[in-house]
Parts: sequence; C-alpha cells; structure tokens
Amino acid sequence: MLGLNKKDASLLLMVAALVAFAPILLNPFPEASALAQFNAGYPDLMQRFVIFGIFAVGFNILFGLTGYLSFGHAAFLGAGSYAGVWMMKLLTVNVIPAILISTVVAGLFSILIGFISLRRSGIYFSILTLAFAQMSFALAASVLTPITGGETGLNLALDDPRILEGGNTTGNIPAPNFFGLEMGDSLQLNVAGWLWTFNVGYYLAGVVLIIAFYTAIRIFRSPFGLMLRAIKSNQHRLGFTGLNTRPYMLACFVISGMYAGLAGGLMVAMDPLAGAERMQWTASGEVVLMTILGGIGTLIGPVLGAGLIKYFENIFSKINSNLLHEWFAFLPDGLEDFVVTIIYPFVGKGWHLTLGLMFMGVIIFLPGGLVELGQRIRRVFSKKDANQHTKPAE
Amino acid sequence: MDQIVLQILNGLDKGSAYALIALGLTLIFGTLGVVNFAHGALFMLGAFCAVTLSRILSLSHTILDETKKDFLGNPLKVEVPYVKDWFGEAAGAAIIDWSVPLALLFTVPVMIGIGVIMERGLIKHFYKRPHADQILVTFGLAIVLQEIVKYYFGANQIPMNAPQAFFGSFDFGAMIGMDPGAVIYPYWRIIYFCFAAVLIAGVFAFLQFTTFGMVVRAGMADRETVGLLGINIDRRFTIMFGIAAAVAGLAGVMYTPINPPNYHMGMDFLVISFVVVVVGGMGSLPGAILAGLLLGVLESFASMRQVLEIMPGINQVVIYLAAIIILLTRPRGLMGRKGVMED
Repeated sequence: MLGLNKKDASLLLMVAALVAFAPILLNPFPEASALAQFNAGYPDLMQRFVIFGIFAVGFNILFGLTGYLSFGHAAFLGAGSYAGVWMMKLLTVNVIPAILISTVVAGLFSILIGFISLRRSGIYFSILTLAFAQMSFALAASVLTPITGGETGLNLALDDPRILEGGNTTGNIPAPNFFGLEMGDSLQLNVAGWLWTFNVGYYLAGVVLIIAFYTAIRIFRSPFGLMLRAIKSNQHRLGFTGLNTRPYMLACFVISGMYAGLAGGLMVAMDPLAGAERMQWTASGEVVLMTILGGIGTLIGPVLGAGLIKYFENIFSKINSNLLHEWFAFLPDGLEDFVVTIIYPFVGKGWHLTLGLMFMGVIIFLPGGLVELGQRIRRVFSKKDANQHTKPAE
Repeated sequence: MDQIVLQILNGLDKGSAYALIALGLTLIFGTLGVVNFAHGALFMLGAFCAVTLSRILSLSHTILDETKKDFLGNPLKVEVPYVKDWFGEAAGAAIIDWSVPLALLFTVPVMIGIGVIMERGLIKHFYKRPHADQILVTFGLAIVLQEIVKYYFGANQIPMNAPQAFFGSFDFGAMIGMDPGAVIYPYWRIIYFCFAAVLIAGVFAFLQFTTFGMVVRAGMADRETVGLLGINIDRRFTIMFGIAAAVAGLAGVMYTPINPPNYHMGMDFLVISFVVVVVGGMGSLPGAILAGLLLGVLESFASMRQVLEIMPGINQVVIYLAAIIILLTRPRGLMGRKGVMED
C-alpha cells in the first residue's frame, strides 16, 4: 500500500487508527468518576500530543538515522511559529498558508544553521546547534522585538491588514480556521456518561501527523535513509568510498528542521501566539527526552515518547497530596501518611523528578526506549522467539 | 579609560565563574573522557551547601526576654541561635555573619563525596558508551538533582549575604593611580576573582607538583600504559572527579552573595561553560581558563552602552558568536591538543 511493505503499512494504519479514535481511547473513564482527571481526551492536550509527535518524528530523522545530536532544534519550531503568526496577521487567518510558510521558513533557517553547524560533528555539532539556538532565543527576546514581539510574544490584533480578507477593524479578532471551520470548534458526544470531544483543530493536526509519519517511513526505507544510516555507523569509511556526505547530512538536517517548523505552524494554528521561550534550549532538551524515551531510531517511538511526556506534564502533574490521601485511605493511618510522604515528591509539581529518573533509567537499561521495552515484553510472552538474539531496535 | 577598567573587572569577575566550571568540566573530560552535563548541577549543589550551612547555623530556640515587652505587654519572645549559646554573643554573631566563607570548608568534603558517589555509581558504567549516551544520562541526572533541590528548598531564589566586612564597594581606580571615584567596585566581586585565581592556581599546582598529580597527568596522556605499570589509575581518576566536583561546588558557594541561588542556576551556567570548554579546546586546562576569562571580558565589553548603540543586542549573543567563529576557524579551539575528540 502506497509503496510500503506489509509491516510498515500496518504500522501506518495503526497510527491512523490511534489518531482517529484518540478522543475515545484517551477518555477511558466516565466523566463523573473520580478517575476522570486522568482522561487525556480534551482537545488542547490531544493537539499537543500530535504536534509534539510531529516535532519528535522530525528530530528522530536527524538523531535516529545519523546520530547527530542537535541541542537546538527548538529554534526551528520557534522560527516556524513566528512565520505562521505573521502569515495570519498579513494574509489571512486561514491556517493552510500559515502552516506552509512555517515549514518553508523553518527549512530556510535550517539550511543556514545546518550549513555552518554540519562542518563539525559529535559534541561540537551539539554545541554549535545549541549556540545558534540560544542566539536565536536571545535575539528574539530582545533586539528583534518589532518582528517577534519580544518577551510578551507575538499575537494577532484587530487592526492587522489580513489582505485576503480585507482587514476589518470592527468586531472580534477572527479565529484561525480551515476554510471556515474554526480550529476551536468541536463536536461533543455524551455517551452513557463518557464525554467525547471531536475537535476540528485536533483532526487537522492528526491528518498532518499521519502524512508526516508516512513521509518519515518513506525516508527511513529509502536509499537516502540507508545513506544516513551509513553515516551513523561510519562517516569516515563512507568518505573513503568517494562519497561526499555533506549534502546528505544537510538534506537530512533541513528535512528535520522543516518537521519542526511544521509543528510550530500547527501550534500557532491551534493558538495564534508565538513566544521566544519556545526557542530556549530547554525546549530543545524536551524533544531529545521525547525521542529517547520513546525509542530512538524507531518509527513509532518518538510519537509515543511525545505522548508520554505531554501526558506527564498535563495530567500527572495535577496529582496533589489530598488526592493521594484519598487513594490510600484504605491503609491504616500511620502507613497511609508514610506512603503518601514517599510518593508525594514524585508526583504533582515534582513530575520532573519522575521524568528525570525515568529518562536515566531508559538510557541506562533500555537504550531502545519504550519500543524496546515492548519488544522485550513480547519476547517473554512468545516462546517462539525466546531463543533468538536481541535485534537492535530499528 | 575608567570605563575600560571597569568592564575588564566585570569581565574577569564573570569570566572567573565560567573558568571555574569549565576547569571542572575539562578535568573530568581530560581524565575520564566523559562529557558531563551534570556539572552545572554540581555548581548549583555547591551553592545550596552554603544555603544549608547558613540554615544550620541559624537554627534557633525561643526564649522569653523579660526586659522587653511586645505590643500586648507580654514578655517578648526572642529567637536565639544555638551557636550564640555555645560560643557567646559576639562569636556566635560572627559565625553566622561569616557563614558563606565557612561554607567553603563544609562544601569540600560534601562535594568530593557527591562526586565520588556519582562517578562510582553512574558514570563508571558509561566509559564505553558513545558520547551521546554520556551527555544524555548526565543531562537526566542534572534534571533529577535539580528537582531534588527544588523539592527541599523551593523554586524561589534564596538571598545570601556576604560577611558584613565585605559589604559595599571600594575605590579600585584610586588604588591603581586613577582619579578617585572613577572606578568603584564591590568588594565581594574582587574577592570572588581572587578566590577563583587561588583555586585555579591550587588545582594546577596540585597537578604539576605532587606525585599524585603527576600520575594523573600521565594517565591523561596514556591511561592504558599507566595502568600496565601497576598503578590503580581508575581510583585516582575517581578522586579527580571528586576534586572537579568540589571546584564546581566552591565556585557555587562563593557565587551565592553575587547571585541568589535557585534550583536552575546550574543549567544557566552549564550552557555557557560548555561553550567555554569548546572554545578553549576540549581537554586543555589552560585553554578552559583562558577561554573563560576571555569570553567573560568579551561579554562585558559587549554590554557597554557605546557598543550597544552601534550593535543593539550584541551583549546577548556575543559569546555564542565568538564560539561559532572560533569553532569554524580553529577546529581544536584556542589551545586544544591534537587527537582529542576529533572526528
């Protein structure tokens, strides 16, 4: 199907199905139940799952295939966001031009940075990308204020020109839409206590994720992808065969940057606001965490990792001590307090701690991330494969 | 002229903090070959050692002072630190006042301990893994350390005071024969610079003039051969890791009066320190110091008003710009050795 082999096609179908049914799958608890706060099926969070999924898939094309660890990828996401908002300000609040221009601008920006950074490899490459990203962040927050809105960020205003719509200066600021369908619109279904929200913005982002995922599969399986893997395993030797690896690396870097720009464009399509903090190096660190946690170099891993981290950030962080006391109320009093005291630092505001520990655990014991965990568990349960050696995660 | 002197002072001051962290990073990289992203966290832990000590010293109990009355006419409750009970009023007050310098003594064993535990417990298992894995696992460790500190000390900045004697500023210009009042500079910043200079000289002397240091240098040059000579080089490298951690910690302690510590101060310094290490040349100790001071001075000159008028915003990016230029024109950094991290 679509030039994919059976295994990849089923993976793609699985992702498509997950995206399509996420509003239902992520709301496993009835609205009235005590566990309803673990429901992740609200539009805002689902959009973030998908958008960061795209970002991580793109990052994985660079890091997973070539082993070049970029610590400045958020700069492209930020550049894309700014471009997207400007498109909405100047041209139209339709999201399609905004998303396209985001991707293109991020691509151009990554050509510039990639051309310079890729002259070095290893740790030097990481530092160079980090330096560029920090520079972009500092400039966006200070000198470039007329373009970027400085520290307050860039957002839509009533008196924007909006040439295609003939800038109206009365009424409300128009909301981003897809040919009339507003991103914020959703259809809510209440089925026997379960509340399902089907949001326009989410499905737009979901379709883009499926396309991006398909593209990533094709890149992974293409001769170009093989070349990138060859660069990862031994760039020197590749050079000795007379190949110039630079164009391949640059192409890969630009593709990866365009994915980040696409994610940035979608982000402003959902919420037309762009701020400099999106470019800070902690944001770049986050996408590294996502990719590693999910499974570096695998197709589905980054999407899982992005979902996991965003779930932690939004849901896990809401657990407070009252709730913990409620849960462990069945224990004797002293024991209850003890258990809550032990658990408390790891949840709620301390979710970063759990994240850090989990991340370290993954690097130490499971270099293949969640995907490798899944493979190992599957091996335990299926005797047939028990004798086979561990295959490195693809 | 006075502007220039002032900016040089500013730069050296900031640069010496960069240089101290970069020195520790380079020590770890040169001995163990590990890129330690948790080094900023060690700097932060040092600063919080000072916070802890000052809290311990000001532990107090309440007594009723019959001579004074509060607004209701009851005897006033007064908090009396235990140290005042033990050492007397004046000495106790002095101890609390000098808590930051005293923290230096407290920090060294703590940080060496943390460093050794870190190396034996975690880093040891990553020698054979790729650099990317080392970066990532220490990055994770940095997050964990930060969050632990945040849990116990909160997310806000914690103000710390230098001893009373070093409050205020003094006329540096008059000392070097300029007009009085031209260059006025805070005491503590000068002390920070001198402290950094002494610490750096101490580390170099330790490596240069002791047998232990000689063995370590030999190990840096050729680890395998030193090991074959029957020297337990791993143990010495572990101790060096402890020392590097202590240097970062001491830098953190002394920095607390300049910049109130908070849990993410380490990360802010780390990024710049890495740039410093790379500019200086991976694995070169003098390079790290030189680059740290140079970049510090460069940054402070870039923040001069006259410069900002010509190139707005240059102060924010000048360090990164310098790093990019140096990395592209001198791939080994300013003083990098041949064959270190070249690929």
